[in-house]
Amino acid sequence: MPSPKRIGRIEFGLLSPKEIRTMSVRKIIWADTYDDDGFPYPQGLMDLHLGVIDPGLRCKTCDQKASECPGHFGHIELAKPVIHVGYTRLIRKLLRATCRSCSRLLLLAEEIEKVVGTEDEQTGDVLSEKDIKKERLCPHCGEQQLKINFEKPTTFSEIMMEEGRKVEHKLTPADIRARLEKIPDADLRHLGINPEVARPEWTVLTVLPVPPVTMRPSIILENGQRSEDDLTHKLVDIIRINQRFKENQDAGAPQLIIEDLWELLQYHVTTYLDNEVAGCPPARHRSGRPLKTLSQRLKGKDGRFRGSLSGKRVNFSARTVISPDPNLSVMEVGIPLAVANEMSIPVQVTSYNIEELRQMALNGPSRAALDQPCGANYVIRPDKRRLRLAEGNLETVAEQLEPGWTVERQIRDGDIVLFNRQPSLHRMSIMAHRARVMDGRTFRLNPAVCPPYNADFDGDEMNLHIPQTEEARAEAAILVAVEENIRSPRFGGPIIGGIHDHVSGIFLLTNHTRWFSKSEALYLLKDIDLISLPEPGLVRDGEPMWSNKQVFSTALPKELNMVFKASSCQNCEVCKRELCERDAYVRIIDGKLESGTIDKKAIGAFDGQIVQRIIRQYSMKRAAEFIDDITHLAIRSIMFDGFSFGIDDEDLPRTEHGQIEEVLNAAVLDVQRRIKIYEDGQLEPMPGRTPEETLEMQIMQVLGKARDRTGEIAGRHLGLGNSAVVMAVSGARGSMLNLTQMAGCVGQQSVRGERIIRGYDERTLPHFQKGDRGSDAHGFIQHSYKEGLNPTEFFFHAIGGREGLVDTAVRTSQSGYLQRRMINALQDLKVAYDGTVRTTGGRIIQFRYGEDGTDPMKSSFGDPVDVKGIVESILKEEV
Amino acid sequence: MCVSTRLNVLAHTMVPDHQIMNEEEVSGLLSLYNITNEQLPKMYHDDPVVKTIGAKPGDVVRIIRKSHTAGRAESFRLVVRRPKK
Repeated sequence: MPSPKRIGRIEFGLLSPKEIRTMSVRKIIWADTYDDDGFPYPQGLMDLHLGVIDPGLRCKTCDQKASECPGHFGHIELAKPVIHVGYTRLIRKLLRATCRSCSRLLLLAEEIEKVVGTEDEQTGDVLSEKDIKKERLCPHCGEQQLKINFEKPTTFSEIMMEEGRKVEHKLTPADIRARLEKIPDADLRHLGINPEVARPEWTVLTVLPVPPVTMRPSIILENGQRSEDDLTHKLVDIIRINQRFKENQDAGAPQLIIEDLWELLQYHVTTYLDNEVAGCPPARHRSGRPLKTLSQRLKGKDGRFRGSLSGKRVNFSARTVISPDPNLSVMEVGIPLAVANEMSIPVQVTSYNIEELRQMALNGPSRAALDQPCGANYVIRPDKRRLRLAEGNLETVAEQLEPGWTVERQIRDGDIVLFNRQPSLHRMSIMAHRARVMDGRTFRLNPAVCPPYNADFDGDEMNLHIPQTEEARAEAAILVAVEENIRSPRFGGPIIGGIHDHVSGIFLLTNHTRWFSKSEALYLLKDIDLISLPEPGLVRDGEPMWSNKQVFSTALPKELNMVFKASSCQNCEVCKRELCERDAYVRIIDGKLESGTIDKKAIGAFDGQIVQRIIRQYSMKRAAEFIDDITHLAIRSIMFDGFSFGIDDEDLPRTEHGQIEEVLNAAVLDVQRRIKIYEDGQLEPMPGRTPEETLEMQIMQVLGKARDRTGEIAGRHLGLGNSAVVMAVSGARGSMLNLTQMAGCVGQQSVRGERIIRGYDERTLPHFQKGDRGSDAHGFIQHSYKEGLNPTEFFFHAIGGREGLVDTAVRTSQSGYLQRRMINALQDLKVAYDGTVRTTGGRIIQFRYGEDGTDPMKSSFGDPVDVKGIVESILKEEV
Repeated sequence: MCVSTRLNVLAHTMVPDHQIMNEEEVSGLLSLYNITNEQLPKMYHDDPVVKTIGAKPGDVVRIIRKSHTAGRAESFRLVVRRPKK
């Protein structure tokens, strides 16, 4: 559907001096603002004809009060014309394109026709500076043309040849204006200017509009002093100089003084329009702060467009620090009582709910504790009058309540609220949660919803909004709810799932086989809504026992069938399947975990195979419940055994230490050997590489291998009894590399993928010989984090670490700007009902969305149909 | 100018199949999407492919591409004169 009205064309024009005088209500001649009594001077910058900002006074133009008067323009008659900085480009173009004596275009009619086309057949092109040949004679009057020089910000000059030397002759704004005035209307049309709305001489100001006081209000400071707006300050400067200029002119001052004053007036008018022009020192406040003049009000992030017009501030929102609460559902958000009391939802009074609402009005605005019923802050009468509920008027207002009124009640458990964390980069940055009023002063959320918001709890703050209408609430519940946004449209997989402790916990629970007594099993399953335990898997000494896999299976839907490999899978050549010694072969048949370990691959955010399958086979809602169950179960299982990590978890026995030392010494010797070969000129360079490059690559390779060997040695000693190994293997956090660096050897530090070479002449630090190519002289760290680094190692580590920091800083700023541009380009496109992607004007961008019409959010990791999943769930075996 | 060895862009692997549509096909297309030809995506008259297949401004070109998602995808573009800079 095309929009009901189309913009045919937009016309841009200039204000003519005549127009400026017509719209002006007052000529301003005095630079003063207020007299000693605090009353505006007539014909001063705060003249009462320009509108009023002080309450009590009336505008002398429209006779309205301060709140109603929109303000009116005044004007200043300039002693001499000055150039408008915004149009210097246009002025330069026109001066270069027209004759200096007759002001006609420096082209013949035929030449113009070549670019513009004939009267009947216009090409739509306009003449540009480039179409005019340099330094030629005017085809109309034969005048020799001179080169026009433009110097920023507003100086124009002609270059003349005198006695073989180049002489610059300055053009005054008056000269320029005279030339522009003479350009014929017909020639302007060829240059793309409509002379009816924009005569070029209007770019040289002879009269300056004075904006109404309403757009430059003065503020009264605490000490009773008035502080004027930056624009007023600038206008004061302009009037002062203008006045002095006039006096000097009338007194017949020498040309030199006149020129100086003219330039000063030009400077003030220039900075009044734009205080950030190149080649012009910005006008400053007495404190040294640059003034915010007209252009600065509009430009940039906090300018009128991006800051005031596109950016909106809203009511019914709250912001505070977030903290985790694993006992909440992912669909909930904890709201502090103080916030819930302040925010409200309007409810229409009907005959059905009048008693309930009357009670709320009676409860009033002060809900002191969580267990008290919610009250109301305001009631709105049918005549739109708002009554604030306060201690004194509760009974009377509650009594008056009748259908047609509206009660603004406080937030209570179950209300739908929008929750948001900046930067809002994707749709999951704003999701609708169910409110849960809580003690404390922070918003609480389940850590499983951290990935979509990209939130953590190191002091992050988040925003909360309360939808105010039924439509908004319905939209929030149906489209924006957390359970509708488990899957990311970025890759068609779940973005909400277990993180960190959830993954470690579920790994500890499900790895290999364990047996729990009834009380233990019930402890683990306390938070899962379970009707009965399954049949015990084993009876030991007359005691029924349940396996860890049985405990986990209670959270699964009954008909689930899937087979996949866990994160801990090593991708062996031949898979041993159920006999896998790492228990990485996951097989779920009829909702029972037959074998395998549940970890990041199964329930993690971004991977979450089981979550994905539940979404596709059941629903998003069921998946959200599954995530709730699994996170609760995982937290209970990690607490069942306890989980911690300390410095002694990195301890290695003496034998391992010896082995690590051996490996490192061998590597260092190997490096020395290779350097020797290179220095003897015996090194065979690799194809396409110099001998130096070859040597560097070999050294990097040898040292890299050595570090990995130390990791292996350390890893042999550290088994699944080590918490860091559990986290790395399950995919919860960290990797075996981190563990290698902690227990084995930190390894080679690098800058841009190479060993560290910069520093002093032929050496990185004065601790080394010049030309030393050895491993320790170029940033190889032999020690582990636990052993501690020696000073040179520490320095190299800082170099390598700095590179990482710089990279992240650069990446975020660049990708942020990239994102902004892309959003601006795509924001109005939408998928029409016929599957096409269209602009608001109905123009087609794609004939079928994504060429196959698949919603990536509803796809399975990009594929429209999850064939493997469907076959698996029917055959109940791996495919 | 080396006119004799000019590259035939249509032979390039990256250039998909372009066909000029006849009037009937065009009117069918426009009615299918309920649009005027101004609402079609555009391509310039001096586009190398347009010059090779001999399409004129006002013609509609059918482009058949290989697609990662759909296997085969059709797109349609209206040939327009390139506005001079």
